[in-house]
Amino acid sequence: MLLAIDFALIIEKLILIVVVVSASLVIAMYTTFAERKVAAILQDRRGPNRAGPFGLLQPLADGLKLFFKEEIIPNFSSKFLFILGPALAMLTAVMTSAVVPWGDKVQLFDREINLQIADINIGILYVFGVVSMGVYGIMIGSWASNNKFSLLGGLRAASQIISYELAMGISLIALLMVTGTLSLKEMVVQQQAGHWNIIYQPLGFLIFLICAFAECNRTPFDLPEAENELIGGYHTEYSSMKLGFYLFSEYINMFISSVIMATLFFGGYDMPFVNEANFTPNIAAIIGVAALMTKVILFIFLFMWVRWTIPRFRYDQLMHLGWRILIPLALFNMLVTGAAVLYFNR
Amino acid sequence: MNITTFIFILLSVISVGSALMMIASKSPVHSILWLIIVFFTISGHYVLLNAQFLAVVNIIVYAGAIMVLFLFVVMLMNLNAETEPIKNYRLQLVGILSGGSLLLLLVLALMKIDASHQVQMKVGDAGLIKVLGMTLFKNYVLPFEISSVLFLSAMIGAVIIGKKEEKSAN
Repeated sequence: MLLAIDFALIIEKLILIVVVVSASLVIAMYTTFAERKVAAILQDRRGPNRAGPFGLLQPLADGLKLFFKEEIIPNFSSKFLFILGPALAMLTAVMTSAVVPWGDKVQLFDREINLQIADINIGILYVFGVVSMGVYGIMIGSWASNNKFSLLGGLRAASQIISYELAMGISLIALLMVTGTLSLKEMVVQQQAGHWNIIYQPLGFLIFLICAFAECNRTPFDLPEAENELIGGYHTEYSSMKLGFYLFSEYINMFISSVIMATLFFGGYDMPFVNEANFTPNIAAIIGVAALMTKVILFIFLFMWVRWTIPRFRYDQLMHLGWRILIPLALFNMLVTGAAVLYFNR
Repeated sequence: MNITTFIFILLSVISVGSALMMIASKSPVHSILWLIIVFFTISGHYVLLNAQFLAVVNIIVYAGAIMVLFLFVVMLMNLNAETEPIKNYRLQLVGILSGGSLLLLLVLALMKIDASHQVQMKVGDAGLIKVLGMTLFKNYVLPFEISSVLFLSAMIGAVIIGKKEEKSAN
């Protein structure tokens, strides 16, 4: 049965959803803190250190400040769409986490609980679909602001994301040729048994990484919010927590794309050099989640490292890189991978 | 009424309703947003028919790429209700006539449907990626490749049109 109702399962999944969403919110919150600390270290400063020990309460203070700020809705903007924009950005950012395998099975109250909300057989395509939805939040918000700078930021975001989605999709095709499955869970299981996909797809990973930077609007691709050209880009007219949602969704996107990259290319919850079968299932699951989180933190650090190292591209450079370098490179990678798969499987 | 029927009716109401809203709304941006909702509900119908691959590809291609480009163009040209030209009365009449005849044709075709050929919900594997791939690349590989050449020619045409404009501007 496709739609049979099992209430225990629904409760289990609901708890899992709440845990995953709140965990990604908390991680995104502390990523903002980490970003400021990493920036401080790279620029030889101290960074935020007033709120709480080592400044650890800084994200709470920032959030509180945003909540107490005055809400301003521009006079000529479409009010519904103006509010819909940040809401959509947040929604699409969180939705991706549904198909990610966070760990192996856990045994609790005589139930075997999969640490994955939905293991659908088109997992990676689902992620791709939700990511391609993400641009609507920015576009709708920027249009509803009724501001030229916002609109320019939104248009830049749209063309940038569409351009880089192509290269990302083609690099994914090469990966799918190697794995032969679209389910993220199966990919992790394969990598646990064999080698990590990065060994088979180093070029594919590089292309995917660059495109992930562009899809998250991170420096060096943060053209949609380039402050010295567009004031604040697509969120110029936003204030209070609506602005907070836009900024926050960027950090959630960063977290989720780190998770996806770790899952696709670096074995997901697989701990290297450790045989998970030696432990009881619960301990193995905890080790798995810890391994995944370590990889994710390393990726998030990479995001920040690049942000404070490489300056922003010019717009024509961005398009040149996307269309004339990344797409041909991804096509070449796909061709080589296809030939190799054909040759070795014979 | 089981839950599948309930979801089917809900999805159908939303999709027909937002399709009507898409036609009725004055602002082109609102029309596009309604159309995006229509695509989502159609994807929902695909899921009900156990065709997850079609559902997600529908979202990626139509809602994720084509509609973004539509929105892009409409926002770039800054179309809104005030700048929309007043349509010709005769054109409206012709539109009503042609739309009405299409509706008549569809209704006549629907009246002839045999009740035993009902759509089978949540069974069948025609929409799953494996079956679809086998069908496309084994049974129908020639039409598939020909249609890809068609796409390629369309792409080249677009590039040529874009190039020409650049030259005349210089």
